Amino acid sequence: MLLIEEKYRPVAEILFSSGTCSRCILRLCCVDFPAPYRLPYKDLTEELHKLLAPCDEGAADGDSAPPIKKAKLDESDGCNAEALNTDASGAPKICNLCLGILQHLADADFVKKIFHKVQSAGYEFKDFVFSVSLPAQLLVREHCAWLQAQQEMRKQGRVLEKGDIIQLKEAYKWIIHPMISDELGVQAVSKSAFEVGVVFCHQETDEDCHFLATVCKDCFKPAKNKQSVFTRMAVVKALEKIKDDDFCRQFQWPPSSPKTACEVVDMQCNHASVFVAGRYNKYSRNLPQTPWVIDGERKMESSVEELITEQLMPVFKADSFNFSSSGREDVDVRTLGRGRPFAIELVNPHKVQVTKQNIKDLQEKINGTDKIKVRDLQIVTREAVAHMKEGEEEKTKCYSALIWAEKNIKKEDLELLDNVKELKLVQKTPLRVLHRRPLASRVRLIHTMNTEYLDEHHFRLYLKTQAGTYIKEFVHGDFGRTVPNIGSIMKTTADILELDVESVDVDWPPALDD
Amino acid sequence: MAEGCREFPSVVDRYFTRWYKADVKGKLHEDYCILQHSNRICVITLAECHPVLQSGKTISSINYQISANCSRLQNKVSGKSKRGAQFLTELAPLCRITCSDGDEYTIYSCIRGRLLEVNENILHNPELLKEKPSSEGYIAVVLPKFEESKTVTEGLLSQKQYEELLLKRTSLPVQDAPEV
Repeated sequence: MLLIEEKYRPVAEILFSSGTCSRCILRLCCVDFPAPYRLPYKDLTEELHKLLAPCDEGAADGDSAPPIKKAKLDESDGCNAEALNTDASGAPKICNLCLGILQHLADADFVKKIFHKVQSAGYEFKDFVFSVSLPAQLLVREHCAWLQAQQEMRKQGRVLEKGDIIQLKEAYKWIIHPMISDELGVQAVSKSAFEVGVVFCHQETDEDCHFLATVCKDCFKPAKNKQSVFTRMAVVKALEKIKDDDFCRQFQWPPSSPKTACEVVDMQCNHASVFVAGRYNKYSRNLPQTPWVIDGERKMESSVEELITEQLMPVFKADSFNFSSSGREDVDVRTLGRGRPFAIELVNPHKVQVTKQNIKDLQEKINGTDKIKVRDLQIVTREAVAHMKEGEEEKTKCYSALIWAEKNIKKEDLELLDNVKELKLVQKTPLRVLHRRPLASRVRLIHTMNTEYLDEHHFRLYLKTQAGTYIKEFVHGDFGRTVPNIGSIMKTTADILELDVESVDVDWPPALDD
Repeated sequence: MAEGCREFPSVVDRYFTRWYKADVKGKLHEDYCILQHSNRICVITLAECHPVLQSGKTISSINYQISANCSRLQNKVSGKSKRGAQFLTELAPLCRITCSDGDEYTIYSCIRGRLLEVNENILHNPELLKEKPSSEGYIAVVLPKFEESKTVTEGLLSQKQYEELLLKRTSLPVQDAPEV
């Protein structure tokens, strides 16, 4: 079997004698297909040894002695263990390029660990993406090996681009993907909602990167959220900048052989968020939309958000959720009609195979209270949720309000309001929200108004308004900060006793049959 | 049917707490009513018995220019954090009210905090101040610091304490009131 191209022989030889593992030799010799990497490590090493061992020239042609015997032979005739990259006990030494990742972290034992982790986490998935986080110093060591290999190739008048050598991550995935796939029984793909991630660290060689900071100061600026300035991104940037001479002076070939292999510091599973949307009615005047907590103290029991999510969470077994909606109503405002669109992001759901029937049952369960009702409950995409937020400001909303007027009113007094069309308001940010929103004067339109006379101090007002109009302030005037207001139009003091949202005119999410 | 009979609390009573400061700067009956919203915002208003609001007085002008180089009308705030607001100490002047009889009154903040806005409507229509002193005739809106939202009202009188003070005032001879 031809493992590596002849032109790379000098590269392979120099690596082979410097403490580099067989799989990393393949990488630096630009072997760009998976099969050789997947050979059992021991077999590959023997193959390479056959090819490269300097004192085996005689044996190379036609010697049929089994490899093991050959290895012993090598040791006996002074061709030291270095050549086979084994220590005194015969176990392979930790590679000075991959720090053991292609040796000890690409084997059946490690795959078993991954399998147990995934299994115990209890996710539903139909494929997976495997993500690996590697210590940054691997980049420095690889750079060093590449410069050395390049030098060898130049002797033959050839070039070796850095992009020609096989990335450690790629080789690692070539080896480990089929192994994990076999265990999990599903395919490893490049894009999947389900991610299995491992993070490797290697403390022993952490300082490898440090000299870069003295050469390329501007690449390593401390950031608040970073534990170390030596991120992979920063190291890549520094390696692109640094001159070859400077690098070679400060990081000499060959890189030291480590005593220990990389450690797995984190192994995690994560499932992409699932989004559930619908429309809700709120029938209570003592129920906020989201939990109302001030200084850690609850002001109101429960909320629309909680009544919905406490049913959703056990079904999807998610870690957490984010509730969003097309606007919101005050705690004392009801939402009637077809309700208000909402969407809930379920973060890291463990259970995702949820049928239409499951959702239907879920909706029924949520509707087991008389405080809220949910309709059109469905699973949607992340993009569709953005769509809900876009429509928020342009849409219209309809309200019904119970109004009190200080002066005695007659039915005729209300005609004034009935005749108003496209009334332009200037609203300063209401005092009740001014503590958390910028102060501004906003123009809003009341498209139409209709009234229903009740008695000499009360009437019902039906409004169709531009979204973002503050209705309560339009009625009582908010210290004269919304003009005109119902009081100023009717030349009296007006107040709002009850408010209901009759419709939120957003045509999302799509209505469902039942 | 009588006007104004309401069987529920007004906007001010629903969302605000009334605090009072009497005889501010030792000036007789120059009382203020500070409306503090549950969100800590304070609306500065004149109490009913402030001399400016007494019958017979006519307001001839209101001036937010409180010194040669400081006008409350220049106050501009931006963003959620209300950057650029003029910071008011407790006795910072907000405006001066001149009455047709020549009397001039300086109106003070009474509350430490950021000035969010002054009421420009009373400039064009000073009658608002007399007709609706505790709503549309407000003087200014002040936002106390978050950490001072409880303590800014410490030196003020509660509604009950203020009512007691008013009772005392009517029963005592005028000379006993604090001197200027």
